[in-house]
Amino acid sequence: MTAMLPTPSVYFKRPDVAGHADVPIEEKQRLFDEVKADVRYKDYLYGCYECGICVAACPSARFYDFSPRRIAQASAREDVELIYQQMQEDIWECSQCFSCLRCPRGNNPGGIITIMREVAVNNGLASAKEALAGYSRIIYKIMSTGTQVSPDMLQRDAFPDWGPETGDVSENLDLWRRALPSETLHTTSTGWEVSDRTLVELYLIWLSTGSLDMIAEIDGSLHSILSELMEELLEDEGIEI
Amino acid sequence: MTIPIEAIKSKKAAGFTRKEGRYPDFQEELAELERSGEIVVQRMTGETVEVPTKYGRPKKIQKGHLWHHKSCGQCGHIPGYSTSIFWVMRKLGYDYEDPKDQTSCTAWNYYASATSNAAAQAAVAVRNFAAAYETGYFPLIHCGTSYGHYKEVRHELIEHPELRADVRKVMEKLGKPLVLPEEIVHYSEWFYAMRDEIAALQTRDLSNIAVTVHPACHYYKLVEGDAIYDPDVYGGQRTAVVTGLAQALGAEVRDYSTWFDCCGFGFRHILVQRDFTRSFSTLRKIERMKEEADPDVVLTHDTGCVTTLDKSQFAAQAHDRNVGVAVLSDAQFAALAMGAHPYKVCQLHWHSANYKPMLEKMGIDHEQAWAEFQQELGRLERGEKKYLDWDDMD
Repeated sequence: MTAMLPTPSVYFKRPDVAGHADVPIEEKQRLFDEVKADVRYKDYLYGCYECGICVAACPSARFYDFSPRRIAQASAREDVELIYQQMQEDIWECSQCFSCLRCPRGNNPGGIITIMREVAVNNGLASAKEALAGYSRIIYKIMSTGTQVSPDMLQRDAFPDWGPETGDVSENLDLWRRALPSETLHTTSTGWEVSDRTLVELYLIWLSTGSLDMIAEIDGSLHSILSELMEELLEDEGIEI
Repeated sequence: MTIPIEAIKSKKAAGFTRKEGRYPDFQEELAELERSGEIVVQRMTGETVEVPTKYGRPKKIQKGHLWHHKSCGQCGHIPGYSTSIFWVMRKLGYDYEDPKDQTSCTAWNYYASATSNAAAQAAVAVRNFAAAYETGYFPLIHCGTSYGHYKEVRHELIEHPELRADVRKVMEKLGKPLVLPEEIVHYSEWFYAMRDEIAALQTRDLSNIAVTVHPACHYYKLVEGDAIYDPDVYGGQRTAVVTGLAQALGAEVRDYSTWFDCCGFGFRHILVQRDFTRSFSTLRKIERMKEEADPDVVLTHDTGCVTTLDKSQFAAQAHDRNVGVAVLSDAQFAALAMGAHPYKVCQLHWHSANYKPMLEKMGIDHEQAWAEFQQELGRLERGEKKYLDWDDMD
C-alpha cells in the first residue's frame, strides 16, 4: 500500500464543501486498490507531462468542472483522497469518447474513468446511484434483450427536444417498421429480432461473469427482476445455473 | 509517481511487445495464440481489397459473404442507416448474412453506466464472433462504438491470459470456441474500399452537393492503428473513410475547424443528460461547420454521431442558433447516389434535421417520393402485404 501524499491537491475540496459524505481513508484506499487491481489499469497510465492536450480535446471539459488531466494525475500520485472525490463527483461527466487518447505519454484517462466507474457501481457509491437514477430502463433493455435502444423508446414526451418527427415515429411505429425491407427489423421493442437461443447464451454471460450482480448495489429491484427473468428462461431451457 | 514506474517495470519484466503506436501489431500475436491452440482465428475467404492504415499496415477488406453485426441504435432509431448498407451491398451483388443470432456489443450501455466488466464485455464480443464463425460469413461491424470496443477487447484478450481463461470458461458453457476474426472491419471501411465500384453504379450527380465530414471518435481514436489513413486523402493526416467515399461520388468536401471534436454523444448524456449533448453538438460542431463551410449535409459513420448531430438541432432553433444542416450516414449518401429511394430505402422520415433542401439539390422530388412511400404503406394497411421486402425497394 502506498502512502498518501502529504499535501492535498489544490483541486481537492474540503469535506465540508464537497458534495458527498466523507468516509475513512482506509475505505478510500480500498476503493483505489480495486481500481488498480483491474487488468487494464497498467495499460492506461504511464505518467503525465502536464501538457493539457487531453483537456483541450475533451468535450466534457468545455462544459463541466472536469479534467481528464486531473484524473491521470490523481491516479499517478495515488492521491486517494482526490480519487475518492473524483469517483463521487467527476467520473460521470466524462463522455467516454476517448479523445484524451491523444495523450503524448500514452495515457488513457477515459479508460481509467471506465474502471473507476465500475468500482463506483460495484460498491454502490452515491454518485453511481445518482448518475444512473434515470437509467434503469436502459439497463433492463440491454441485459434482457441484448439490444440497447428500441424503436418504441421514441416517444414524444421522452424526447420532446428531438423534434416532432419523434412523435411521428411513435404514432406510425408498427406500420413504419413493417415497411422496412430487412426481415430482422420488423420489431418494435428491440432494434432487431434476437433469437431465443442467443438470449440464453447472453444470460449465461451476464450470470457467469458477475455482471448482473454488479447492479445489486445500485438498483436492488432491477436486479431482482432481471435475475428472475434470466433464471426462468434458463430453467425453461433445462440449463443449470 | 509510483504507479507509472510500477507499470513500466512490470511490462519490462514481461518483455516489451509494443512495436508501433499505442498497440502492437496484433496479427502476429493472434497467429501465435492460434498456433498454441488458445484461440480460433476466423480468416477471410474470397476476394479482398487492401487498404492502408494509420501506421502503414495494409488491412484486408473482404468484399462479399459478410456477416452483418448490426447496431442497436441504427436499427432502433435510424433504420435507414442499416437498410442503406444492405441495399448498397445487394446492388453491388455481394451476398451477406443478416443474423438473428446476434446481440449488440452492449458497449453503449457499458460506456454509459459501467454496469459490466471486462470479462462480460469480452464474452459478449467473442459470442458474436463465434456466431459469425459458425456461419462461415466474415463479420462486418455496423457501429463505430462496437468496432472500437471490439478492438479494445481484442487487445485485452491478447495481453491478458487471465482474461482469456475467464472468457474461455464462459464460452465452454455456451459450447463455443474463443474466436477472433483476423481483422475487425467497420462497414465504413467496406464503403471506402468499394468506393470505385459504388461510384461506377452512381445514377445521381452530386457535384453540386457540399458536404462536411464528422469522423467518429470510436472509429479512429480507440485503438487507432486499425483505422484507414490514405496518403491520397488529407495527405494521410486524417482518417480517409467517409471523405474518400464522398470524393469518389463527386461531392465537394468542405473543411471546418472543429473536425477532430467529438459530436457530444456522451453515451449516458444523450439519454439522460442531453443539455450537455445538445450544447456541444450545436455549438462546437453544427454552428462551426455552418459558419465556416455552409454544407448541404454533414456525413458521418457512426450510430451515436448521426443521432447526436441530427437530433440536437431542433431545440437549438428555439434559441435562434445558427443550425440547420442535414445529417446522413455515408451509407445513406452512397445509396442516394446510386438511386435509392429516400424514404423506402434511406428512411429519411426518421431524421429530424431538414434534409429536403439537400434532396432538391440532388434532383429528387421529395413530395413525389413521399407519395410513393405512402402508397406502399397503403398496401400494408389494406393487408395486401404484411411487410415490404427488397423487391419493393426499386
